[in-house]
Amino acid sequence: MSSKLTPPQAQSALDAWTRKMIAWHFSPATGCDYWLKWAKTAGWDPRKEIKCFADIAKKFPHFDDDVLRTEQPERFVPKAYAKRPYNVFETGGTTGMPKQRVGWDDYKTDYEEYSDHYGPDFFPKGNWLMVGPTGPRRLRLAVEHLANYRGDSCYFVDLDPRFVKRLIGMGDMAMARKYQEHVIDQAATILRHRKITNMFTTPRLLENLAERMSLVKAGLKGVFVGGTTMTPQYVRFVVEEVLENKINFAPTYGNTLMGLAISKKLTKADNYSLTYYAPQPRATLRIVHPDNPAELVNYGDYGRVELTTMTKEFFVPRFLERDEAIRRPPCSEFPWDGVGDVRPFQSLTKTIIEGVY
Amino acid sequence: MSAIHIPVLRLGQTYRSLDTIKFNVSGQPLEISVANSGLIRRDLQQLAKSGEALRAIPCETLVGYMEKAAELYLHGHLPWGDGERLQSPADYVAALSQLTGLPHSLGRSNMGKVHAAMSNIRAVISGLTRGMPLELFDRGFVRQNGLDVNFFAETNSLGVLLPSNSPGVNSLWLPALVMKIPVVLKPGREDPLTPFRLIQAMIAAGFPPAAFGFYPTTHDGGDTLLFGTGRAIAFGNDTTLKKYAPYRHINVHGSGRSKIVIGDDFAADWPKHLDVIVNSIAANGGRSCINCSSVLIGKNRDTLADALARKLAAIEPLPRDHPDATLCSFANPKSAKAIDERLEEFLQVPGAVDLTAKYRNGPRLVEAHGQTFLRPTLIVCDDLNHPLANTEYGFPFASVLQVPQAQMIGQIGESLVVSAFTRDQAWSIDLMTSTNIERLNLGPYSTMRVQWEQPHEGNLFEFLYRRRALQGDLVAV
Repeated sequence: MSSKLTPPQAQSALDAWTRKMIAWHFSPATGCDYWLKWAKTAGWDPRKEIKCFADIAKKFPHFDDDVLRTEQPERFVPKAYAKRPYNVFETGGTTGMPKQRVGWDDYKTDYEEYSDHYGPDFFPKGNWLMVGPTGPRRLRLAVEHLANYRGDSCYFVDLDPRFVKRLIGMGDMAMARKYQEHVIDQAATILRHRKITNMFTTPRLLENLAERMSLVKAGLKGVFVGGTTMTPQYVRFVVEEVLENKINFAPTYGNTLMGLAISKKLTKADNYSLTYYAPQPRATLRIVHPDNPAELVNYGDYGRVELTTMTKEFFVPRFLERDEAIRRPPCSEFPWDGVGDVRPFQSLTKTIIEGVY
Repeated sequence: MSAIHIPVLRLGQTYRSLDTIKFNVSGQPLEISVANSGLIRRDLQQLAKSGEALRAIPCETLVGYMEKAAELYLHGHLPWGDGERLQSPADYVAALSQLTGLPHSLGRSNMGKVHAAMSNIRAVISGLTRGMPLELFDRGFVRQNGLDVNFFAETNSLGVLLPSNSPGVNSLWLPALVMKIPVVLKPGREDPLTPFRLIQAMIAAGFPPAAFGFYPTTHDGGDTLLFGTGRAIAFGNDTTLKKYAPYRHINVHGSGRSKIVIGDDFAADWPKHLDVIVNSIAANGGRSCINCSSVLIGKNRDTLADALARKLAAIEPLPRDHPDATLCSFANPKSAKAIDERLEEFLQVPGAVDLTAKYRNGPRLVEAHGQTFLRPTLIVCDDLNHPLANTEYGFPFASVLQVPQAQMIGQIGESLVVSAFTRDQAWSIDLMTSTNIERLNLGPYSTMRVQWEQPHEGNLFEFLYRRRALQGDLVAV
């Protein structure tokens, strides 16, 4: 996923990709019912008016992800995919109808790109273990595909985050801890009895697991995490103590709508501050002013994360994530803007149940 | 000038976190390291070594260390943080005042209280164990009055979530170290200074550094500490109490709702004891849970209340370093405003009058000397069900009620301290057998009174240790 383009070349590539995807999603031959009807109601033709990526911010309103709860998934099936059964992937949710998106090959593309970013030294050949939310999430299929793509197999231990959130919401911390122990028990058992080289999990589960055993002595060589806020102190703690400065660490930022943003390789100058780069041009992250999301914040400033996803399978323009982050400049690995030190939106002013698993 | 940095103390190792809280104290930056919860959990796995370090030292020696630490805490120049700079007692008092709003005078008096708790550690331990010899903590076994007595520690550590309201509460965890139980502390956000200074004094006096965990941390880290230690103490409000009440290993100190109950035999003599009542309400800026927040009397309510209101209303906000300052400012002005608004809202409920309003020099909420204060407030209430009748706020605040003596015990509810002004023997026995009073002062004493040989806010020894039945005649110790 890293790129050898210069920032202007990457911008041109994004603009060209934008035109291609707009043509795909708003053509009656290939687009889906939802977006085609949306364009009719909007009264303008994106194919004529969107000439570059910047036009998306000028012309499209923010995507309301509630439609993924209220609309039938079939409405999001592009005509070009009409004959292929689709996967249904769900996001978060605790009670009631969850948000769902349809998909076919996107998760494979995302995780193949991710895999190509890391060489065989980072995630050496060997079995994988995933400890985290499986169920209706694309993560389960994605991690298994990642392992398979690298010629490996994957073990799984499930964790149901909806149940954990519910327990915490009810104030039943004792049961939440017991459930967490139940998950860690299973993961520790697999690690003790099977040859595991690489692992995907959430940061919290990773540290819990490391409280049971030395992950280095357990044979782990590479760990890939995603899921919750990681402050620089937290990253330092994971690198130095949980992974004992000996296991490769690949933090990611992502979700069902976006795919996977890779973190820039940490240098001493970063002081453990993470910066993630979206899988551009398939997905683009911008850091915008919370009060005026049409404007980008300056580099180094916190703002709200805005996602635009454009693949042949799925189109999401200008979705305002429930996260905020620091806008960071392009780097040698990724010639486009990055998002640094991601945390829940307005986390300094309100209480948020996060990092529960 | 580089910032003073107060590090995390990881059972013998200092640690600078990348997450910090920043303050400015007297023009110099002060940073506090903030520990993440996972780091605390990992350290708690090492507590066995901390216990070993304490058990290697005879209890008599630890008592000596504590007595020496008392002097170092009160008079010594001790490390400010993890650097070379040293903190004098005056530096400590000034910084404490700036962070917590406690005037210098009260900072010094709190130092005196903590010093007394440390220098009187023999009396404190003796009071907690009912006079058992110190060797109990070396051997787990003593022979007392011809009876073999065996106690064992029920925990490998004592976790404490400290408040910021008053440094005096730190005296509660100190005896644990002499009882050879390591401590794991989460300081209050505005007062990391007191526990850090105490730990530095104790290490300088000879205690092993491994016996101390000091973790400024988040709520999540606080929960980690409470649930990762075998015994824990949490300070907080009624919400804290509700949250941790189901857990037997956590001793929660919520609101004190301390009271003075005046028996019929003292009801006519109240003028003689007016200063004791004022002291109970206003000492330590009204910040302690042992401050009196309700006064109950069988008759003469209105004359008593009027006299109290005049005295309390005369207490004026003064600069923090004024030698006569007794009123604390609020570190967070929004809290003061919220309390003031809440009081005004409750005063709309019929049956309560703010008697101090007509005597004080201006509104309750006041900006003065660059700080925000709430002036003392005395409410006359018609009955104990009024929302202002049986509550407390972190400033000199109390209600006065007329309740027949015979109904007082049944109506006061859970009360941390009750000072019963009476010589009535039958009523004294009723008070001593009541189940809703934690500490009982019999006689015209301030609720703030401390006697070292009596347990404070629960018996720490009984919380940490448990007696085992020991039978047979082959004890080889």
